[in-house]
Amino acid sequence: MKKNNLPENKNLDLIRALIKKHKKNDQVFAGIGFFVIASLAIALLILFLDLLLDGYPKITLEFFSNFPSRKPEMAGILSAWVGSALVLLVTFFVAVPMGVAAGIYLEEYAKKGWLADLIEINVANLAGVPSIIYGLLALGLFVYEFGLGQSILTAGLTLSLLMLPIVIVSTREAIRGIPVHIREAAFAVGATKWQVTLHHVLQYAMGGVLTGIIIGMARAIGETAPVITIGALTFIAFMPPSPVTEVAPFINFDWLDAGFTVLPIQMFNWISRPEHAFHINAAATGAVIIILTLLMNGMAIKLRYNIRKKIKW
Amino acid sequence: MVKKQEIIKAVSKNFNFYYADGTHALKDINVSLYEKKITALIGPSGCGKSTFLRSFNRMHDLYPGNKYQGEIILNPDNTNILDKKVDPIEVRMRISMVFQKPNPFPKSIYENVAYGLRVRGENNKRMLDDKVEEALKGASLWNEVKDRLPDLAFNLSGGQQQRLCIARALATDPEIMLFDEPTSALDPIATVNIEELMSELKKKLTILIVTHNMQQAARISDYTAYMYLGKMIEFDETDIIFTNPSKKETEDYITGKFG
Repeated sequence: MKKNNLPENKNLDLIRALIKKHKKNDQVFAGIGFFVIASLAIALLILFLDLLLDGYPKITLEFFSNFPSRKPEMAGILSAWVGSALVLLVTFFVAVPMGVAAGIYLEEYAKKGWLADLIEINVANLAGVPSIIYGLLALGLFVYEFGLGQSILTAGLTLSLLMLPIVIVSTREAIRGIPVHIREAAFAVGATKWQVTLHHVLQYAMGGVLTGIIIGMARAIGETAPVITIGALTFIAFMPPSPVTEVAPFINFDWLDAGFTVLPIQMFNWISRPEHAFHINAAATGAVIIILTLLMNGMAIKLRYNIRKKIKW
Repeated sequence: MVKKQEIIKAVSKNFNFYYADGTHALKDINVSLYEKKITALIGPSGCGKSTFLRSFNRMHDLYPGNKYQGEIILNPDNTNILDKKVDPIEVRMRISMVFQKPNPFPKSIYENVAYGLRVRGENNKRMLDDKVEEALKGASLWNEVKDRLPDLAFNLSGGQQQRLCIARALATDPEIMLFDEPTSALDPIATVNIEELMSELKKKLTILIVTHNMQQAARISDYTAYMYLGKMIEFDETDIIFTNPSKKETEDYITGKFG
């Protein structure tokens, strides 16, 4: 066995026993972690499959092109998905520019101090405020104070309040991820702060910002409480005025004033009916909402991946 | 002693620097940068040589609370570049910088070099093309990248990236170029390339370099300043510093007894 005259290492068995003992901890943690993740994934899967199995026969083209109806077999989600789409459109155009601008300002321009700290704490807290509170705020402010009525505009503004903190926080996180040496390189060639922001910070942060936007939109699409508070209708059998017209200037904004409903409210309405057939409609609507949310999250992941592939430092 | 016929490009006079936390990082620094010469700053870690270098393009202005005292005069116009009335952007447009770690933008090779010109408002395609080619040639990188200008810069090797950063700094025709330990992240071959490049560059402009590598200072520089604990211990021609320094501390550092 012994090939040379080196003295034997007496500690070898001890070292090996120690490594074995320590590695056991790895396995224990990995086991617990896997169990937790698996139970979460399974819970979501069961929920989704349950909705899908119940609602599956309803999810046809007619379901998307029919208005709600007293007869469950005729009822569809046309006004609900159009409403959701238009509300989200408003939300997008309000929350994205404001949120990204606020994030850039707080991270790049605002002087560090107690005021910045105060704003930071507030923004972080806003993300955690229950959505019904936003609904109450919007009812008082947008509906009564500004007289915007129970309209698509009001709903879009309300949901954009909800989405703002998510966009601000993700914008700031993305900006913080840009290394100092890249920033200094841009300043060193003589760029102004605005040039650095526009040509570098914004472009390199885009992946994180987009992710925040889409996650915020996915949250907004499923929100129910604030939309009920501001008075979304539960039964709508007409379409809002089209945003696109056949005569110049081809765009109109009358739809902003229209009454509306959204997908989760349509679902809530059907589930509170006694007839079982309506419950099937509700399940189908739920499945549509979950699919939309998953699609949006998937899109966020794909976009982030594509952008990060091009950015390395 | 310093030869009489040299032209002074920039000179720091009783220059003191304080960081925002109150650290007195530089104490009464008096150094001259001679036109079309390489001046090396040597000294142990934390002696303030990078702090001094970064004062030349007002990098410290990016972080609030830092304070300059004294003067750095830039010739021929006799401008005190530390003066609050002088815009740091103006200073950076005249004095460019190459950093320790290669830091190309996550953009194309072309855009990296063109960026300095773009912030100066240059949008003429042909002009940009010419300038980019000239700068890449000046940084001896042209032959390696001329067929792949639209490629992303991070696909280049470390040494190529650093030469790209030199090209970026060169494209805007600076009067002085600052090098902050430009080869400390590079292998020996890439280091030799950069050193040869600097010797080539000094035909056109004035260079100030911070280096941890004393052989490098001895090889490439015309003047050397030895700094210790924020003070300028000795400043003279490189030959004199390395063969016959007048201060005991300099000799100890050069011979490796200390530092």
